[in-house]
Amino acid sequence: MPAADAAGGRRIGVADLVAPSPATLLRRRILRHWGLLIGGGILIAIAAVALLAPLLAGYDPYDQQLARKLIPPVWHASAKATWQHPLGTDQLGRDYLTRLVYGARISLLIGISAMLISGVIGTTLGVLAGYFGGRVDMLVTFIVTTRLSMPVVLVALAVVAIIGSSLTVVIWVLGLLIWDRFAVVMRSATQQVCAREFILAAQAVGCSTSRILLTEIAPNVVNHLIVVATLEMAQAILLEAALSFLGLGVQPPTPSWGLMISEAKGLMFFDPWLISIPGVALFLMVLAINLVGDGLRDVTAPENRN
Amino acid sequence: MLAYAAKRLGVALLVALTVSLITFSMIYMSGDPAIAIAGEGARAEDVEAIRKFYGFDRPIAVQYLDWLAGALKGDLGRSYTLRQPVAGVILARLPVTMILGASAMTFALVLAIPLGVVAAVRPNSMVDRFALALAVVGQAMPSFWFALTLILWLGVHWRVLPITGSGSWQNFVMPAVALGYYVTPAVMRLTRAGVLEVLSSDYIRTARAKGLRPMTVLFKHALRNAIIPVVALAAVQFGFMLGGSIVIETIFQINGLGYLAWESIQRKDLPTMQAIVLVLSVIYVGLTLAADLLNAFLDPRLRVA
Repeated sequence: MPAADAAGGRRIGVADLVAPSPATLLRRRILRHWGLLIGGGILIAIAAVALLAPLLAGYDPYDQQLARKLIPPVWHASAKATWQHPLGTDQLGRDYLTRLVYGARISLLIGISAMLISGVIGTTLGVLAGYFGGRVDMLVTFIVTTRLSMPVVLVALAVVAIIGSSLTVVIWVLGLLIWDRFAVVMRSATQQVCAREFILAAQAVGCSTSRILLTEIAPNVVNHLIVVATLEMAQAILLEAALSFLGLGVQPPTPSWGLMISEAKGLMFFDPWLISIPGVALFLMVLAINLVGDGLRDVTAPENRN
Repeated sequence: MLAYAAKRLGVALLVALTVSLITFSMIYMSGDPAIAIAGEGARAEDVEAIRKFYGFDRPIAVQYLDWLAGALKGDLGRSYTLRQPVAGVILARLPVTMILGASAMTFALVLAIPLGVVAAVRPNSMVDRFALALAVVGQAMPSFWFALTLILWLGVHWRVLPITGSGSWQNFVMPAVALGYYVTPAVMRLTRAGVLEVLSSDYIRTARAKGLRPMTVLFKHALRNAIIPVVALAAVQFGFMLGGSIVIETIFQINGLGYLAWESIQRKDLPTMQAIVLVLSVIYVGLTLAADLLNAFLDPRLRVA
């Protein structure tokens, strides 16, 4: 039959006649999105390295052996380079690969914790403003404007300097400072959802406010939430690195990438790899998180791509 | 327009007031500021003397109003360590940071606007892809590491630019690039989106239909409208840059406000820290106000809000 050749010489099967389900479409979009696949791959690899740090690293990240200090990495044309320390050792003789691997833990821990704290604050404010509107909206917008007008790095540095620095302090200071984008995005996302008819229907049948917020609005704004969460996580990681670099973030001898760059700063003219290696690691992690965020935005809401 | 401007001005003043309150309360975050200044293990009578000298023994509301009244008159208190009025120190350092911020913004705009326009005129072309790649890479690069890498290559390896200081214009090239590249992705994306949107509008079709040259359409008709939001974004980003310049100024040892902030943080010089946060926040509030008013002036549709 000639009709059987309509689909480019192929027999038309049932699969061609049934519209693909949303899940299938989403899967297809994910598999066709190179940025998302590459970013996701790098991120999963870094997370695996961070989780398995004690198994992967051959040394103790705090073990100083001055006899083996400043061994260059293996690609260096130096006689001192050895496969025993593939990325070399730092100025205190600590294995650089080990410190890098444990540093991934610190970055991820700070990125995720600060993102969760800021996510709770920002989402609460944004959803309240978007749902209730009016005075609540004005108040939230005012709080966001005030927060935005204060310089993040400077305030974070000042606060950390006043109350003293530790891992917990850094997480809380960043978490309490970077919720603005959550609030802005959640506000407009909630406003859009609230204009839809099913919200009116839920109000008409007498659903409680908390029920509407949790079961009607929340599922419809969650994709925006994930995209902002990745951006804020990347932001938190960069800020922690900057704070640690300036000496007011994570304190020595903790292996933070920003701190590793800071500690090696004085030696960078003689041993530039000391700052290149943690710098590249930091760059790759933030790049991967941003790629995942952009990719998720593209595949969940293809219409917002530009 | 006047009603809108008055309303925006009112909000801006309220924001500035709130910021001043938050900035003031920073001193009390550590508990007792007198003990913080005296240092650990200081004698009780010394702590008491310091508390009297700086007026920490008065009610907090009185202290705040006193500080605020001083700030309004241009008196931002005395530095604990420099032993001179903070306002004078800030005024001396502010121009350096402003020059740095202006050069960084110039670099960002010169790079981002042409790229954004070309990317919009030829979507999915090589230039568009290059611009996208540049934006993705730019957003992931830690600014302090980028600055150190610049120093390593341009300053030490090729020896084309001085590494530290703020004496000549060459000193500002690397810091401006390191500070400005972070703004380029946002400006580029906004330019691209704006030009794309304008190019598909009816009046551009009309301009093309009546036979105007493509370049005239692009520059005289399209770009003029597409650039409005970019100007506003640039103003806001300039404010962000002044706040973020602390990292860059510290690395290049540029004697600006950011370096002063870092020094005062190192010395726990609270009045200077407070004053810098306040000054930068107020500048930011002023810039966003100016951007909003400019937008509303150029685009009457925005005046409703």
